[in-house]
Amino acid sequence: MDRFTTLTAVAAPYEPANVDTDQILPARFLKMPRGNGKHYGGFLFHDIRFADDGAENPGFVLNRPEYRAARILVGNTNFACGSSREGAVYAFLDAGFRAVVAPSFSDIFFNNCLKNGVVPVRLPDADCAGLRALLAARPGTEFTVDLEAQELRVPGGAVHRFEVDGFFREMLLKGVDEVGLTIGLLAEIEGFERRHHAANAWAAR
Amino acid sequence: MSAPRNPAPRTLFDKIWDAHVVLSRGEQCLLYIDRHMVHDGSFHAFNMLHSRGLKVRRPSQTFGVPDHYVPTHGRSAADAATPEIRRMIETLESNLEANGITRYALDDERQGIVHVVGPEQGITLPGLTLVCGDSHTSSHGALGAFSFGIGQSENLHVLATQTLWQTRPRTMRIRVDGRLGAGATPKDVALAIIARIGAGGAVGHVIEYAGEVFRAMSVEGRLTVCNMSIEAGARSGLVAPDDTTFAFIAGRPLAPKGAEWDRALAAWRALPSDEGARFDSEVALDGGAIAPMVTWGTSPEDALPIDAVVPDAKPQALAYMGLVPGTRLTDIAVDRVFIGSCTNSRIEDLRAAAAMARGRKAVVPTLVVPGSGLVKRQAEAEGLDRVFREAGFEWRHAGCSMCVGINGETGRPQERIASTSNRNFEGRQGKGVRTHLLSPAMAAAAAVTGRLTDIRAMG
Ligand code: SF4
Repeated sequence: MDRFTTLTAVAAPYEPANVDTDQILPARFLKMPRGNGKHYGGFLFHDIRFADDGAENPGFVLNRPEYRAARILVGNTNFACGSSREGAVYAFLDAGFRAVVAPSFSDIFFNNCLKNGVVPVRLPDADCAGLRALLAARPGTEFTVDLEAQELRVPGGAVHRFEVDGFFREMLLKGVDEVGLTIGLLAEIEGFERRHHAANAWAAR
Repeated sequence: MSAPRNPAPRTLFDKIWDAHVVLSRGEQCLLYIDRHMVHDGSFHAFNMLHSRGLKVRRPSQTFGVPDHYVPTHGRSAADAATPEIRRMIETLESNLEANGITRYALDDERQGIVHVVGPEQGITLPGLTLVCGDSHTSSHGALGAFSFGIGQSENLHVLATQTLWQTRPRTMRIRVDGRLGAGATPKDVALAIIARIGAGGAVGHVIEYAGEVFRAMSVEGRLTVCNMSIEAGARSGLVAPDDTTFAFIAGRPLAPKGAEWDRALAAWRALPSDEGARFDSEVALDGGAIAPMVTWGTSPEDALPIDAVVPDAKPQALAYMGLVPGTRLTDIAVDRVFIGSCTNSRIEDLRAAAAMARGRKAVVPTLVVPGSGLVKRQAEAEGLDRVFREAGFEWRHAGCSMCVGINGETGRPQERIASTSNRNFEGRQGKGVRTHLLSPAMAAAAAVTGRLTDIRAMG
């Protein structure tokens, strides 16, 4: 996972509430390989972004020239609900996004972001609405997501405080490998497991 | 003398969570995972495991079954719709075999949708933690297990360590008392709840379903409701284990036996939420007011009683669905019917659908896909397959099928499908397909009338 400290980049607004991961990454792309030069960037919002003949849908926000360089997305409530597909985060990441701002996220997507170095920024509903309105009015505006200070900064001075759990913030800031960290705790895990299985034999297999 | 200890009352969820915390770091708890299920969509996790040179730490606590990509008209990977889809099934097979993981292969009668197989095999037990790389893992909470869907990086973490870092969710209790209204089924209860609290209404929460309606409900019905918890945004759903649960589990292949059963039972009886246990939020619905439901939009929260009209709301959803406000739901004609998915493909679901189909004829193409090979066998032993065939329904092998369509079984653009699955998202059943979610009996009724139908008006 690439570390994340501060990102200043164009932000794009995405208005709909309850956006589901079937919209972010249609299911037929789930079987696609990733790595070795293959990536998910072209699948992001595929069926909204492209018409049936493959042409770009000019009305779609990410197709507008001012938002092409976007690396931050400001969405709405219950962002990325539905399927647990981590490919939804791969699609954002591979398309260049490193931060998603929303009033609330589905739990699974939120965790999937943290595991892939995408920062999920939770801000109050009204703040997100304000940010989306600002971006719509002034396309191409750059925001700064500062994970160290836990601030989202808007040109002109507005500062929005957000919080990312300390454990995951550390990992993102340092680019720590979570699996490696847990493997370092194996002795504790084994001790727990022995006691747990001794007390609940049916839980063991 | 010390005063008698009076521990704070705990919820069912609290008890399971507390019993599985290995250690914590601030807000994050390292949670021990008792059961890990993997399916044919889990290939990224195995790729990451292998590329890092790691091994599956507890293969005996890991179970694999192909379901999402499997063909339903044959039982061999060679029957797959395309070579890529075939590769998905074969990749799982080789990953399971290479890692010594218990597998229920495509030609094994025990194969089926992962959330049907877990409870059926006794993999899912009260008080356990269970995860799977699929959001509908919430289903297993019907047996009093804390179960939740995870992403593939988390799959990798569990494969390598048998643990997960988790934030403790908040708790929500949803009480439904009284007796369900005429024609209402567990699916209608689930849709009524989601319509009430919204698709994001339970984000960050685990729901415990309580009250007379759930006490009276079969484990199959509870599985349907817990399955849909995720459609309200909940991390999981739970129903306190009771005698109904224990009777369901007894004798399952992986259930405890003999003296171990007795010890397990004693532990399970202590699981239900204590009197006075506090939930972060409470919701109550009147069971008697729940009617047969159907969705009209593109979110499971867009659900209404079947005798309602299309509301004047969510213009984008209405445009996608091709519906006009004010139209009676019962005037909506459907092009196709799908009966299946981890929500409604168990034996009781098939019985309900068959009862409606008996002696009638489908007027639109209708697919019935049982949840597992064992459900299929049971249905055939009861003659349900004959009822379906005589009604002109197609009777298939087990799998996810048209719920998500990634095995190639999708609808066509603009086609309107009455479906017993759990998601009516845009494109869920194929690009441009319009999905109406409903119960198995309602789906069978739609099959024989060709439109959304109030089953209370069917003889
Ligand atoms: S039946 Fe549908 S919802 Fe259930 S696991 Fe399969 S694809 Fe997912």
